[in-house]
Amino acid sequence: MTMIGWLQIILFCVIIVATTKPLGWYMTRVFNGERTFLSPVLRPIEAGIYWISGVDERREQHWLTYTVSMLLFHIGGFLIIYGVMRLQAMLPFNPAGQSAVAEDLSFNTAISFITNTNWQNYGGESTVSYLVQMLGLTHQNFLSAATGIALAVALIRGFSRASMRTIGNFWVDVTRTTLYVLLPICVVYCLFLVSQGMPQTLGDYVEATTLEGAKQTIAVGPVATQVAIKMLGTNGGGFFNANAAHPFENPTALSNLVQMLSIFLIGAALTNVFGRMVCNQRQGWAILAVMGVLFVAGVTVTYWAESNGTSTLQALGLTGGNMEGKEVRFGIVASSLFAVVTTAASCGAVNAMHDSFTALGGMIPLINMQLGEIIIGGVGAGLYGMLLFVILAIFVAGLMVGRTPEYVGKKIEAREVKMAMLAILVLPLMYLGWTAVGVVYPAAVASMANAGPHGFTEVLYAYTSSTGNNGSAFAGLTGNTLFYNLTLASAMFVGRFFMIIPAMAIAGSLAGKKTHPPSAGTFPTTGGLFVGLVIGVILIIGGLTFFPALALGPIVEHLAMNAGNVF
Amino acid sequence: MLREIRPAIVLSLVLTAITGLAYPLAMTAISGVIFPEQAQGSLIEKDGKVIGSALIGQEFKSDKYFHGRPSATPAPDPNDSTKTVSAPYNAANSGGSNLGPTSKALADRLKEDVDKLKAENPNVAVPVDLVTTSGSGLDPDISPEAAQFQVPRVAKARNISEDQLRQLVASNTQGRLFGLLGEPRVNVLALNLALDSASAK
Repeated sequence: MTMIGWLQIILFCVIIVATTKPLGWYMTRVFNGERTFLSPVLRPIEAGIYWISGVDERREQHWLTYTVSMLLFHIGGFLIIYGVMRLQAMLPFNPAGQSAVAEDLSFNTAISFITNTNWQNYGGESTVSYLVQMLGLTHQNFLSAATGIALAVALIRGFSRASMRTIGNFWVDVTRTTLYVLLPICVVYCLFLVSQGMPQTLGDYVEATTLEGAKQTIAVGPVATQVAIKMLGTNGGGFFNANAAHPFENPTALSNLVQMLSIFLIGAALTNVFGRMVCNQRQGWAILAVMGVLFVAGVTVTYWAESNGTSTLQALGLTGGNMEGKEVRFGIVASSLFAVVTTAASCGAVNAMHDSFTALGGMIPLINMQLGEIIIGGVGAGLYGMLLFVILAIFVAGLMVGRTPEYVGKKIEAREVKMAMLAILVLPLMYLGWTAVGVVYPAAVASMANAGPHGFTEVLYAYTSSTGNNGSAFAGLTGNTLFYNLTLASAMFVGRFFMIIPAMAIAGSLAGKKTHPPSAGTFPTTGGLFVGLVIGVILIIGGLTFFPALALGPIVEHLAMNAGNVF
Repeated sequence: MLREIRPAIVLSLVLTAITGLAYPLAMTAISGVIFPEQAQGSLIEKDGKVIGSALIGQEFKSDKYFHGRPSATPAPDPNDSTKTVSAPYNAANSGGSNLGPTSKALADRLKEDVDKLKAENPNVAVPVDLVTTSGSGLDPDISPEAAQFQVPRVAKARNISEDQLRQLVASNTQGRLFGLLGEPRVNVLALNLALDSASAK
């Protein structure tokens, strides 16, 4: 670890804290339907979209209608991706002549993109056409991100409203998020990425003759438009197989910093939106503080572990940290920071191969996802995931003092706690259950690339990442098999929607409740005690759930490595 | 609920057209005007022919050139499409080795490469990036130490003085951005092009 490394980490944190408030202010105006500086241009387009699709923007929806609208919207998204992938050979924008994608891989990819996971069983430049990249993947990057944000806003409305039956209009929330938040940022962001060297072209793959006379086919394409939203929307599915490690997908140290910032940008700002909507910004800062403490702890461990390297490297006298699977332009610190950022948020883009990380360095991304990706988290999904933990923490605090728990003026009762528990328990059931199957079923075992405990971790990582809708991988695992295409798709589906539906039920139930002004007996939820309590609840629930699995994977691998064992 | 069907279909299609077609196509056109070189892939031409991209590493095997990092990119096996063969710096199929910290295959490969490099230049410690594969398999850069490490070999093969080469490496070294971001590095293709033109004089 070096001073200059820590300065890069500190710079990252400072910029995120600095952007939280202004973006939170802007986004709150967007979600409240107020005028913004972009309204003169975008308002006519917005109104036109409502007119043509028959949406009455003043009509609000009950939580069930809101949720059903969201599900219907996803069926549409699924069909578009699946269709375009299966038919890509007959459709335009296919200069590399890619043939139709197989049924199971198309199914997996379609589920993967509508659930904001973007697990890459497809090979980017070697599997899909430009049309799939644009119409299938780029479009769903926008819409699954917009959906996550809309759902988080709906849950916030549950807290901020009193005695109401409705929580907003899904169609309006998705449209406004896409038009006013995601698209404008992406337009500017995309141009920045191209300036750094990211291709944006519909031309053929380039045939080059290298200095030594060999032939090199260089894959290009409309990369920048997809990468902009892939990061901003915490989607993470790469244009190229190697994702953000590919020099075209992340050309410079500056593009790397901005990509990491854009992963956290909206998720961090949503904590401020929460604070503003419940009329106390300190509530938002308290949540951001919980996230910040867990984040910095994770960065420290991964940076330390990767700087130390492995015993194999040390035995050969190789110093300078674990550079296997990392790019020179990023080095140890920017690769470690990226790995923690991408898994704390539910992004899943990678700028280094997590499979080649040290045992402990790779364990932190795994833990980040197993905690439910609530450290900033996916856009929207991180906030509603964190609020579920907050409800539990408040419930625990209420039990300790024997009072009905309250949070931002709402009484937290049996229904909310049950729903929060349901969402929190379904996730480990998916990733632990499927991992158990994956390590005994012969066809699944054959997919492991590494032997020993590392092979186990590859499988655990795959199901954790897909259940958490992250999408990063220990990519040695051959995921493009019938078994993995189907089981990973089921994990992604359950991980997304069994979190969303209870969260929306809570939103509906909270919106209907009265708001109570704080009294002398109310537990203050803006101070250090609250922050500590939430962190404690997250670590205890998380730790009890997955510690045994970690002991079998990264922990035993670390001990084996120190004992000089290889597999 | 039935009245949500129409927005589900129409809004899906409209937003798909905006985000999946209008946005990428418009940005392609704008990028092509403002940043034409970058948008095409930062291609380098020599005598009218494309010799590569400034951002994409390529394989160098000759002693007369500086070498990049090992690359783990595969290509489909021409004899059996279900298998892959090693194809270093395959810029149409990026990827890393994905070998873990306790992998025997990785330990063996590292040992073999370290031994080879030690035989080439026994006086200096082997830089770690010269024996580890990159995440993309297309890393265009090596560390300045990795470039300096290769100076004796290249000097011998080209019959130029080591001092001259060390200066060339230094002038092709990019520092951290603002003295802070990223790592110091040398673009191998740029260095080798500079080397060719220096030798031609």
